[in-house]
Amino acid sequence: MKESQGASGLILNEPLLLERGKKGRCGFSMPRRDVVPSPLDEELAGDGPDFPDLSEVDVVRHYTRLSQWNFGVDTGMYPLGSCTMKYNPKINEREASVPGFSGAHPLLPMELSQGVLELMYRLELYLAEITGMDAVTLQPAAGAQGELTGMLLMDAYHKSRGQQRSKIIVPDTAHGTNPASAALCGFRPIAVPSDKNGIIAVETIAAVMDEDTAGIMITNPNTLGLFEENITEIAEIVHAKGGLVYGDGANMNALMGIVQMGKIGFDVIHLNLHKTFSAPHGGGGPGSGPVCVKNILEPFLPVPRIIQTGDEYRLSGDFPKSIGKVQAFYGNIGVMIKACSYILSMGGKGLKKASQLAVLNANYIKEHLKGSLHLAYERPCMHECVFSDKLQETEKITTLDMAKRLMDYGFHPPTIYFPLVVHGAMMIEPTETESKEDIDRFIDALKTIVDEARKTPDLLRRAPTRPKLRRLDETAAARNPRLTG
Amino acid sequence: MRYLPHTEDDINSMLDAVGAEHMDDLFSMIPAGCKMEGSLDLPEAMTEWELNTFMDGLSVKMATSPSYKIFVGAGSYNHYIPESISYLLGRSEFSTAYTPYQPEISQGTLQAIYEYQTLVTRLLGMEVANASMYDGASALAEALLMAIRITKRRRVAISRLIHPYFRDAIRTYLTPGNYEIVELPYLENGRTDITGVADMENLAAVAIQSPNFLGCMEDLSSVEKPVHETGALFVLSFTEPLAYGLFKNPGCQGADIACGEAQSFGIPQSFGGPCLGMFSCRMKHVRNMPGRLVGKTTDVDGRPGFVLTLATREQHIRREKATSNICTNNSLCALASAMYMASVGGTGIRELASLNRDKAEYLKRGLRDAGLKIPFASPTFNEFVVEFGKGFKDTYAALFKKRIVAGIPLAGWYPELSGHYLLCVTETTGREDMDALIEEVQS
Repeated sequence: MKESQGASGLILNEPLLLERGKKGRCGFSMPRRDVVPSPLDEELAGDGPDFPDLSEVDVVRHYTRLSQWNFGVDTGMYPLGSCTMKYNPKINEREASVPGFSGAHPLLPMELSQGVLELMYRLELYLAEITGMDAVTLQPAAGAQGELTGMLLMDAYHKSRGQQRSKIIVPDTAHGTNPASAALCGFRPIAVPSDKNGIIAVETIAAVMDEDTAGIMITNPNTLGLFEENITEIAEIVHAKGGLVYGDGANMNALMGIVQMGKIGFDVIHLNLHKTFSAPHGGGGPGSGPVCVKNILEPFLPVPRIIQTGDEYRLSGDFPKSIGKVQAFYGNIGVMIKACSYILSMGGKGLKKASQLAVLNANYIKEHLKGSLHLAYERPCMHECVFSDKLQETEKITTLDMAKRLMDYGFHPPTIYFPLVVHGAMMIEPTETESKEDIDRFIDALKTIVDEARKTPDLLRRAPTRPKLRRLDETAAARNPRLTG
Repeated sequence: MRYLPHTEDDINSMLDAVGAEHMDDLFSMIPAGCKMEGSLDLPEAMTEWELNTFMDGLSVKMATSPSYKIFVGAGSYNHYIPESISYLLGRSEFSTAYTPYQPEISQGTLQAIYEYQTLVTRLLGMEVANASMYDGASALAEALLMAIRITKRRRVAISRLIHPYFRDAIRTYLTPGNYEIVELPYLENGRTDITGVADMENLAAVAIQSPNFLGCMEDLSSVEKPVHETGALFVLSFTEPLAYGLFKNPGCQGADIACGEAQSFGIPQSFGGPCLGMFSCRMKHVRNMPGRLVGKTTDVDGRPGFVLTLATREQHIRREKATSNICTNNSLCALASAMYMASVGGTGIRELASLNRDKAEYLKRGLRDAGLKIPFASPTFNEFVVEFGKGFKDTYAALFKKRIVAGIPLAGWYPELSGHYLLCVTETTGREDMDALIEEVQS
């Protein structure tokens, strides 16, 4: 391959925050004291927390050095499957930090909050259009809370019809959170296998769907990156027994402007604004997981809902069938502003093009790597493709070894060992914001690694060598947890 | 489109490579009936310039400090955020990274969260803290589910002085499991009446908020004994963690789980989100805790480093048997709050907390001297209740024109408190603003 992207440069060691500082420093511009002190009852007074005292320079250096030990989308290609690590536009950050939004108190009278209410109302309309659904709640804080909300809606729907259903169908190609979300809502997940083509067969669902089953949770495209081609027939079977179809929209990046989930049998779907709609992941959040529903589920949506009357917007809690609140306030507004900015910057045509290019990039990677790595399902993929380490078994090289070696070449590894249906899975989602040159470099790096697996396998087993640290002992961390300094 | 790097030439050669003629061929596996007809009905794409104009146009319809004098807290607080924090949070190595599943190239996030966990335990006097929850409400709901798992009991008692929206979220989370929620009344002094718990059977948890929704500090030292005598866990919630810069922390007063909303620590109010669910507990309960945890370990060369740990509690390993379904949390907000705690420091947080309380006491005195009733006698931090009277509604609305929001009416949540308003003062409130408010409400 051409010269590797991965290089080593000077980074600095940095102790724990708690080992820095000196009593008497302060990195905060303390306001002038313009009132007299009021004595406090000694019974109530505490000692105050044992925080270090640091200057502003101490704090800035500390976190700047830490940041340099991290890899982000702005650093390079981050092809984590099912995570949609696309570029996070900088203008979106500006819009979210406009003082009128960032300084807004959530409990002011509605006439003083019209701007943000209008923005939320518009975003609901845009998301309803993109998904082909009838109504939207923006309240859930992340995908998993969106799933929980979706499950609560299904439960409330069945109860409103005098039914308590106990089971829910979850295919083996669904996201790992799905069973946990269903269980949190009291449903017993019934796992069903995908067929030899990696999708759900109609007969599989027909065999398990009954009137004690609340519905099905489907990720489409699924975690193998494949479109569930039997979706309309599956939805008919579920609906015929009074069940509902839930869509995990984590993989919506494949389908914008191409498929409207509301038109192909889904009754409820959550979106991840921090995946499909370009808000940054923040090293693990904050996200935003809006839930879009068909009319039949609208009465149960969380409160408050946004109501438009003429030019005025207001929040209303007057929905007696609502499941209630899943957050104290109205969800992650800052993330919504970024997503709304993205939709307005892209327009309908731009969103469709993004999905087309995401699928093109994934298929291009699949075509180029399929001889070198074992392709789990030899079919056209959507926005991600899944390989495994089957061809490297003879060298006793694993997916983990290859993933770690990718770091040395300057790439973030793909999602590994997921989905569970593929042994030693390596799930690659390039997203549309990677250029052909970067994708070619990535393909080149993986081919070089496959070559190394044959010729110099120890290079892989010892990898990575270029990052700040080499492989970490996760077993020891779990056996003897050290969780505070 | 500037985010899409593909030229026509790139597209053609890539289509060629995958054996497709047109973009549409890539979607041939989608049954015809499933494909969207027509195109998305969305506004025309905007330029950066147009988008700025559009967003600025919406944002000017909002009332915000400092042009408005807003004496409202109630779960969202206007504290000053050092510019250095906004600047550091903009480091895209932090903001554009995913959950740190690959520790070798995520040490920045991991060490920062480890430090956050440590600072939270020191603030709350607890033994272990997780990497964050979504917000204070969902954190408290998950704390109660955790107590239900630990005690294998089915009933929880929650104070009526817990934020009404937190109580709403608790009901949502506990409904599917058919767990019973009992609300504890409050006393004339503005504190929770916990005498009733002694007679409650099968109690998994007793949850109290301090400072509570009326702004009063609860007498936590007298809560522990009666709660633990029932065999329940003592869950402490909060919406204003700055109070623990000055007041005794929950840990030294016997709390088993302390969790709450920490937006106060360096996070913009942003109309209520994103904010930060802080979550901490006793070490003996760590394996029942929801959420991510960062732990210290070493690499193969023996160098110290950090990893996500105790993942066997979590959804991606245990699936339906997980302690919670949470995965993405509010990590960047946790980072902001760690930067805030570090910037303010141990000495500074005492001074800052004192200043909040002293200013609130100044306003309280001023209002009392102006002849208004302060109905609850218990000590408060930076919020308190005033009885403006039933006729105040018109004055309240008229004050908007003078760009003053004189607290928040309580009657919607507590019908018995009609004419009562909850007022908040922070370090950002100047004495002249308080004087102006006193002047307005007495006239």
